Amino acid sequence: MDSLIPLFVIIPLATAFLIPIIGKLTIYFAKTITPVVLLILCFYSITLLLSNSKETYIVGGWQPVEDIPIGIYLVLDSFSILILCIISIIGFLVSFYSFEYISYYTSENNFYALFCLMIAGMNGVVLSGDIFNLFVFLEISVIASYALVAFGVGKNELEASFKYQVLGNIASFLILLSISLLYWQTKTLNIADISEVLQTSDDSAFLKFTQVLLISGFGLKAAIIPFHAWIPDAHSSAPSPVSAMLSGVLIKAVGVYVIIRLFFNMFVFTHEIAMVITVLGTLSMIIGALLAINQSDIKRLLAYSSISQIGYIIIGFGIGMVVLSKGGKVSIAVLAIAGALFHMVNHAVFKGLLFLCAGAVEYRTNTRDMGQLGGLAENMPITSTSSLGASLSISGIPPFNGFFSKLIIIIAAVQARFYLVAFLAVVVSIITLAYFLKFQKRVFYGVNKNYKNVKEVPFAMSFSMIVLVVLCLGLSILVIPSIRELILDPAVNTLINMDQYINQVIQY
Amino acid sequence: MKGMSIIVKKVAQLIAGFVFLYGIYIIAHGHLTPGGGFAGGALLAGAYILSILAYGSDYLKLKEEQTESSLSESISILLILMLAVAGMLMGIKVFFNNFLPKGTIGELISAGAIPLYNIFIGIEVASALLTIFLALIIYKEEIEE
Repeated sequence: MDSLIPLFVIIPLATAFLIPIIGKLTIYFAKTITPVVLLILCFYSITLLLSNSKETYIVGGWQPVEDIPIGIYLVLDSFSILILCIISIIGFLVSFYSFEYISYYTSENNFYALFCLMIAGMNGVVLSGDIFNLFVFLEISVIASYALVAFGVGKNELEASFKYQVLGNIASFLILLSISLLYWQTKTLNIADISEVLQTSDDSAFLKFTQVLLISGFGLKAAIIPFHAWIPDAHSSAPSPVSAMLSGVLIKAVGVYVIIRLFFNMFVFTHEIAMVITVLGTLSMIIGALLAINQSDIKRLLAYSSISQIGYIIIGFGIGMVVLSKGGKVSIAVLAIAGALFHMVNHAVFKGLLFLCAGAVEYRTNTRDMGQLGGLAENMPITSTSSLGASLSISGIPPFNGFFSKLIIIIAAVQARFYLVAFLAVVVSIITLAYFLKFQKRVFYGVNKNYKNVKEVPFAMSFSMIVLVVLCLGLSILVIPSIRELILDPAVNTLINMDQYINQVIQY
Repeated sequence: MKGMSIIVKKVAQLIAGFVFLYGIYIIAHGHLTPGGGFAGGALLAGAYILSILAYGSDYLKLKEEQTESSLSESISILLILMLAVAGMLMGIKVFFNNFLPKGTIGELISAGAIPLYNIFIGIEVASALLTIFLALIIYKEEIEE
């Protein structure tokens, strides 16, 4: 077996524990090794994405006994490789950005070590083909993120981190409970194997209970609306690069990804569950946007807007599930799911960029309050331009990527006869434009009262922002059919063809 | 933090060694009997914590202790990772491959690389628990100052 997939876990994990040892000698070790390592993973994941490879890796070489998998499986398919790409690209840019930003704080080594640990955990969640290891990796990444949120060790940071820990632990408890229930019922932990066992069982009350537990547990990690209470505090108190990681990647990799993976590839979803997911998505989309309007703290506004955008993603998947469960046209479901995946990629890029811009503003002015800022466009042209690009992209203005993904989701909603959802999606898009215009006007335009002498941020920070704003424009090409067929369609196919995933694991 | 009375000190002195030995026993027999790296490592940390509690923190340079224990923690995790990666280079070339000869079942030196994993996990758990304990004491002393 010459596959190298475990490197996605090994490399960040090794870096995380090398940093406290070698980092004692020179401070620049941590600063340089983290972006370098993530750049390597970036290239590796992009080659895997383009070669469209599917691999199953048996850790420890424990071969299946009578076709029943007994070891730990790492499963790489088109869906997981897409998420791995997002993690490594955003991770690389964010760690490069931190080169300057984190010099603000003491104990930079701890920051980079925790950052690598978080990346290792997320990669593990995405690769794991086994529901218990998925939980272990989830805890690794989430516990690292608790510590990263509290990194400023001020009053607000500690309070936010405590709140996040309490809610996160409730979520972990719900997830562990549902995993143990599944193990009790099916006597196996491998996702593909569980799915085979569940196809023959007909205990629907048990299944519904487990599914609701899983939705609430992972919904809390993904910050869908009734479970969103931790996100505004945690995202606004964390250092900006960490907020960009949390909002851009973590809530997708450990929240949305797992919900989608389990419901498409493990359970046979019913119409009710599909409707529940769609309704939750719609609620998050509307309420998140309404809560965002009135915020005066930049990062709180962005955090609420994350809830709203996650709503769009969930709606896309939900509509796909409803259409599939009713036996409707597969082409509509494919369109909806592709739209959701596309929006997931886009959201990682533009929300990461917006948090980095907020960080740049905070770096130079020491405040996040929109009431005190204003007129920074003249002094900080790069930050201002890139945040304008991201704002236009998130509110769905062509030719930015956000427009196309929202358009695909709305078209799919209309085709699936979810007219209300489609209408609400358009309305929320307008509300999004409204609060991002407010953000632009209050921070970058208008009268500069207090900050006449601020300078543009240093190179490392502006470089990441420029790359991300180019990606914002460049990712629009995913809408072109031939490129969509290469990148998004294989991922959609793995999701809607349950047998494909099972065959990949079982008959390996 | 001051130490406790002479009786406590003497008893802790006598017992800590046995606790430490028992921890080593649990780790070394991890592949044969119940327990293993984690349980044994907790015992090892317990032996240190017992003597620190009995003698008080005045005897120790806490910060140096903490740096060392966190260093040994990182090193032992790296060693575990290196053992696991060594599996990718030998035998059937899989991550976490047990590449050493397995030996006879029931003997102390058997089960390939598993006793090695147990030893490193033991060191890791012991130093991690000790680091947490020391961090809490240092925090408390800093507050009192």
